[in-house]
Amino acid sequence: MGNNLKDAQGRPVVAVTGMGLVTSLGWGKAANWAQLALGRSGIRTITRFPTDGLRTTIAGTVTCADGHPGSTPELTFAMARSAAEEALIQAGMTESPGFPGPMFVATPPAELEWPQRKALFEHPSGEGLQGYDRLLAAARTGDFKSMFETFQFATVADHLATALAPRGLPVSVSTACASGATAIQLGVEAIRRGETDAALAIGTDSSVQLEALIRFSLLSALSTRNEPPQRASRPFSKGRDGFVMAEGAGVLVLESLERAQARGAKCLGIIRGCGEMADDYHRTRSKPDGTAIIGAIRNALRDAGAAPEEIDYVNAHGTSTPENDKMEYLSLKAVLGDHLEVTPVSSNKSMIGHTLSAAGAIEAVLSFMMIENSLLLPTINYDEPDPDIPLDVVANAARRGIVRTVLSNSFGFGGQNAALVLAAAP
Amino acid sequence: MDNPTQEVWVTGIGLLSCAGEGTAAHMGAFDQGVGPAHIDTQGFAPYPVHTLAAIDMSRQIAKKSDLRQMERWQHIGVYAAGLALEDAGIAHQAHLLAETHLIVAAGSGERDASVDAKVLEAIVARGDTELSAKEILPTALRPTLFLAQLSNLLAGNISIVHNVTASSRTFMGEEMAGLSAIENAVRRIAAGQAQIILVGGALNAERKDLLLGYELGCNLWPGDYAPVWQRHTAGGGLIPGSAGAFLVLEARAHAQERGARPYASVRAIATDRARRSEPGQIRRILQQLFRQVVPDLTPMPLAILSGASGTEPATQEERDFLNNLDTDGFTPAVRAFGSRLGHTVEAHFPLGIALAALALNRGALFPPSAGDIFEDAMTTQVERILVTGVGHWRGEGMALLERVDVGRAS
Repeated sequence: MGNNLKDAQGRPVVAVTGMGLVTSLGWGKAANWAQLALGRSGIRTITRFPTDGLRTTIAGTVTCADGHPGSTPELTFAMARSAAEEALIQAGMTESPGFPGPMFVATPPAELEWPQRKALFEHPSGEGLQGYDRLLAAARTGDFKSMFETFQFATVADHLATALAPRGLPVSVSTACASGATAIQLGVEAIRRGETDAALAIGTDSSVQLEALIRFSLLSALSTRNEPPQRASRPFSKGRDGFVMAEGAGVLVLESLERAQARGAKCLGIIRGCGEMADDYHRTRSKPDGTAIIGAIRNALRDAGAAPEEIDYVNAHGTSTPENDKMEYLSLKAVLGDHLEVTPVSSNKSMIGHTLSAAGAIEAVLSFMMIENSLLLPTINYDEPDPDIPLDVVANAARRGIVRTVLSNSFGFGGQNAALVLAAAP
Repeated sequence: MDNPTQEVWVTGIGLLSCAGEGTAAHMGAFDQGVGPAHIDTQGFAPYPVHTLAAIDMSRQIAKKSDLRQMERWQHIGVYAAGLALEDAGIAHQAHLLAETHLIVAAGSGERDASVDAKVLEAIVARGDTELSAKEILPTALRPTLFLAQLSNLLAGNISIVHNVTASSRTFMGEEMAGLSAIENAVRRIAAGQAQIILVGGALNAERKDLLLGYELGCNLWPGDYAPVWQRHTAGGGLIPGSAGAFLVLEARAHAQERGARPYASVRAIATDRARRSEPGQIRRILQQLFRQVVPDLTPMPLAILSGASGTEPATQEERDFLNNLDTDGFTPAVRAFGSRLGHTVEAHFPLGIALAALALNRGALFPPSAGDIFEDAMTTQVERILVTGVGHWRGEGMALLERVDVGRAS
């Protein structure tokens, strides 16, 4: 056993041995990489439901070969399952009776949608009743038990547990837009505690449904630059006007490096450190001095035992909202200092939109692919740099470059911030 | 490996339910040995619901703007979290709050029932689901309602109101949310990954939209009140209860350094998920979990706070498991706290841990539920309490708490 199996704090080094990906650009890592490397956008006009009259009519929707499965939880599950299967194949872990460790799933909160409420409302049992009394009368008949199993908060993780057979309780986590990073952190911590030598980290989100779009719109969070859709998401640009909702899933097989080496698995990279800090300022805005974001990034660097100068590339949260991108720049400047000037930064959200609960996991997968391919994915639509955000943005086209260590940021509504330090295999 | 040996103490408890507010009100309600408190049998008929005692929320949520930006489940949770922080002696202690981690078990999705009714009427009148929703919602929905629907926004509000900021994680999944939350907190402290964590959950059961989620699976008890163990002959069912339950869990060394005294120590926790595709799976999982959390205890009287919901087959399988403990030489004295407070879903496991810690601190279990035929009296001093959590649909878990000889004045 070499010394590289433990980090500087004596904890097991956590390797990534398999990854899977679904975004609006396609199903699978290869399909996505081919498009992303060319700077293509997956943002399109929404056709899933009528949008005329709405302020925002675009999203990064995921399409299935056999059509949309009918609801957010069903597509959220289908994407996660596909990405997990891809990850397990890469990790060479499909033969065991089930995944040999716990599963942490970042997934959106569950809710009935209007087609389901309509079906309940129209059930004959509720005639003469109004509102929720009528829906409850329909539910009481027992005719909607399959709906029950689809719309519990536990549903997506539970169905994944049936499909993938991980150990123990399937864990569903939400830190809003930081959820994907939190799922990874939960897996890393479990391995470091010595409870397990493998964990499955999943981020998955299919929230593009009518009411969710309206709600984000009411918070003035979404871009209204509907034409052309591909040009709407423009992180760090002067004319950015909000994020673009999107769907997708990212999955990482985490293992102690010791286990990975012992079974001869290829190490795709390591999760070197995780950091988080919560904001106590406002429900949708971060504290003006950036305390919590700065704290999360510093905590990640400290946990990784990494100096700011070791960061070769920043995979930004970069949502394309006026507020986020400015705060992210100020926070990066505070932590990386002068080193930020020579550190390339890009936001995958320029191409695939904001995949919400899935974003942290998807962006971790893409970060490792950038390390592997020595190619930095671009921030597209970067035509007019915001003068208040003087970053070395990887502008519009991918850039060659050796990258060993990546800082990946995720900041959530509700003030939950997470940062990961991702590194090349030792 | 992170240091794996820290003892986990319960150093703060915040409770809010149909039994009232605070630790004394809850022990008092249980000690009276009477039936359940505050059941509304009319407002949600045919479903009885345990309603929250009247509380002046501004006592923990001082700013009117904060109160306005939250819905009731968040008020309940933020209030209970504040009680726990006060009880642990860390409220308003900026340096301690900055190092306190936050873990919340949450569901939510709180709806505006009148807006939903309006949309449904329009849908039926016009026969078009999405057009109707699209036309009504943009003007009818309050923008802030969204911030009450997101599961992680209870945690967000606790950070804002109480300044707990070291980290914040929200677990979801009905009862599994509570199991995940407590397990994550205990394991992180035990391994030295955290020193002090505020952990808990909240449920506002007084919402028809929430009841609908459970009733889609026919999980609600639709009749007159009965203790959870006595509903199976009519098919079982849960009576939901509004509650907030928060704990401050803390590494022993950290607590001792700041002079904080514990209610009890959390010795072990284990969770799992039975597939529930065949009878007996829940019972078998509970037996396995019991061996994990009670590996070398010699047979003895064993107090058990059961989180049984009353739904079937979960409750009967748990009862079978508990009955089998007799044959293993344990003498179980079982208390299903949901019989008195209602089933509090995400908050239920944290609530059970809190009640166990309170009973251990004074060394005496509370009496059986009035009229319960399954719960036996226990007169000996209680040294350990097993807390069970069996989800009404999914998820099983167990924790073992122990009395600490340097406990708090009760």
